[in-house]
Amino acid sequence: MPAFWHWFVAAGTIVFIIWCVWLVSWSSKQGPQNVADDDVVGHKWDGDLEEWNNPAPRWWLYLYFITIAWGIGYMLAYPGFGNYEGMLGWSQQGQYEAEMQAAADNYEPIYEKFAAMDFADLAKNDEALALGGSLYASYCTTCHGSDARGAAGYPNLADNDWLWGSTEQAIITSIANGRNAIMTPWAQVLGSDEAVTNMAKYVRSLSGIEDADNAAQAMQQPFTTYCAACHMPDGTGNQLLGAPNLTDDIWLYGSSIDTIRTTINEGRQGQMPPHGDLLGDNRTKILAAYVYSLSQN
Amino acid sequence: MDTAASYNDKVVRQFSIMVVIWGIVGMLVGVLIAAQLIWPQLNFDLPFLTYSRLRPLHTNAVIFAFGGSALFATSYYVVQRTCHVRLAFDKLAAFTFWGWQVVILLAAITLPLGITQSKEYAELEWPIDLLIAVVWVAYAIVFFATIGKRRIKHIYVANWFYGAFIITVAVLHIFNNLAVPVTLTKSYQIYTGVVDGMMQWWYGHNAVGFFLTAGFLGMMYYFVPKQAGRPVYSYRLSVVHFWSLIAVYMWAGPHHLHYTSLPDWAQTLGMVFSVILLAPSWGGMINGIMTLSGAWHKLRSDPILKFMIVALSFYGMSTFEGPMMSIKTVNALSHYTNWTIGHVHSGALGWVAMMTIGSMYCLLPRLYNRDSMYSTKLIDVHFWTSTIGVVLYAVSMWIAGVTEGLMWRAVNADGTLQYSFVESLKAVEPYHYLRLLGGLVFFSGMLIMAYNVWKTVSDKKPVPVAVLEPA
Repeated sequence: MPAFWHWFVAAGTIVFIIWCVWLVSWSSKQGPQNVADDDVVGHKWDGDLEEWNNPAPRWWLYLYFITIAWGIGYMLAYPGFGNYEGMLGWSQQGQYEAEMQAAADNYEPIYEKFAAMDFADLAKNDEALALGGSLYASYCTTCHGSDARGAAGYPNLADNDWLWGSTEQAIITSIANGRNAIMTPWAQVLGSDEAVTNMAKYVRSLSGIEDADNAAQAMQQPFTTYCAACHMPDGTGNQLLGAPNLTDDIWLYGSSIDTIRTTINEGRQGQMPPHGDLLGDNRTKILAAYVYSLSQN
Repeated sequence: MDTAASYNDKVVRQFSIMVVIWGIVGMLVGVLIAAQLIWPQLNFDLPFLTYSRLRPLHTNAVIFAFGGSALFATSYYVVQRTCHVRLAFDKLAAFTFWGWQVVILLAAITLPLGITQSKEYAELEWPIDLLIAVVWVAYAIVFFATIGKRRIKHIYVANWFYGAFIITVAVLHIFNNLAVPVTLTKSYQIYTGVVDGMMQWWYGHNAVGFFLTAGFLGMMYYFVPKQAGRPVYSYRLSVVHFWSLIAVYMWAGPHHLHYTSLPDWAQTLGMVFSVILLAPSWGGMINGIMTLSGAWHKLRSDPILKFMIVALSFYGMSTFEGPMMSIKTVNALSHYTNWTIGHVHSGALGWVAMMTIGSMYCLLPRLYNRDSMYSTKLIDVHFWTSTIGVVLYAVSMWIAGVTEGLMWRAVNADGTLQYSFVESLKAVEPYHYLRLLGGLVFFSGMLIMAYNVWKTVSDKKPVPVAVLEPA
């Protein structure tokens, strides 16, 4: 901080400490205990409100002195007086780094021994899977659920349907770098509310849900024109883009006409945040193997 | 009687009645959101009944409507009695009453509609903030003009605390709410990032320190010696703890921002001064409790004094707990858990509400030309519901908070978290029930109070009270 503010903070702190010390010293030099009821200060308000002038209890004065002394000591040891860094050289950044280092020293060997193991073997290794399960419980359950079956908008990891691919590299990339699954809105392109509804019905028909009317049939051409670029002409999706397969009965956001209409009208912004920096390579790989194993039973 | 020769008790009566009404409303909302934490469907899928909108309504209602009305009522009463003059500016005093009620009404409308600045305890949007500022300045004028024309040289200690509370809250409110309006219901804070955080908690903690502490110490310093019929224990102690309290409280805000992007030096100062604050806080408790000593036998027959002694005890306990929680090591466990909620409520219910209730039972008969409340027995019942309610509430939240803190930090041998968040939520569920029960019990006491107050005031026509000649 600039020199002026350094002196401002330091001086302000010292002045207020001195103020407290002065107050408590003043208070400790005081007369004897009041004994009689008429031993009052001499002010009288509202008919009967009066004041004694007893000395403050000794223990209270000591308490005050001790907390002030402790405060001064603490501020000498730790940063407090403006730019002054404290005798211990402590900072919360330093504490954080030390704790992270200690954690790395403690825990990294546990994960490191699996670093060279083949991915397919890892997915069958009980010890690795137990570690992967712990990692999953810590980092993944908030969105994907404790049973890994996801929720609307959060993929089910326990089925064998892969939005971004099931190879070692694909899963590691999903975890480490995160994913952005963008579907743009199509309402304007389709042109009418009716067209959106019909497209929703067409999408449902791809996975075998037949609606009573035959309105969907006419949408095959627009699907090929607009949707096939990502979802492929036959609707089976594209894992390079994270474009879902529309022909199975797995629905990321839901299969009702209303939900699909929302998807088409407003688009979707699926986001998996990156975890690579948080987990590091070894734990990412074990977690990836665990996620892979969930759908291999 | 010549009006100048009598006290202005009308505005005191108005605020006093609103204390009871807003107490019931605010605590009812609190009970509802406590129930929503157990049964979320109690929001009935209506946006204005969701927890996120009712929670600020609850805090605003109990702090500013209930607590605020109590502070207005008692400060107006006390400043007249201890200055031996009628309150200055009748019309301005009436404006503060109606202005404050409009503020509360606007809060009750806008908060459920989701109109908010998203700053804790300062949620209200800029037009309401402006009205608060105007009402508050009017309040300061009325109060200090009354002090100015006092007929007794020495200013009574209660008025020091009320005065400090009025001045500081004005400064806090104005600076924390500086914002650029965009529309009538939307504005942007002028502060950003960590500066915004620091301003918010400078405000937030001093709202506790000056609104909920200094103001209520003012109340304590009048009503405790009055009800006990004893002199204040120590004039010197009141001097020391007053000047210490108002000097040290100002520094305590950063303890709400431990281990954040707030610079280390600010966190240290917040923590150190919070710990130093322990003795100044206890000075008030000692002075209050020692004032009662010599009148202990009255506790057997006077439930009003019981309210006051328990309030002082909770004040002492909360102001011990606060400095402890501000220590970084303790804070690392307690922060973001229900322990904080327990701490707040042992202060808000145990200290603020019980001191208010005791003072109201002392004050109301005097305002309505009676010797006592309609039923002393019902005051005693109310005392027990309040005490049991706050103990259930605080204890359940302490246990829940420590449980959460320990579960969140528990790690397995491989460094992963031992518990997911949901597991900690399941672990504290029983305490949610216990907290709701505590809240319900405390709230039921407020209904008893409402009945007792109704029977006390409904058939009584207040008469003007002549200004007492200074001794």
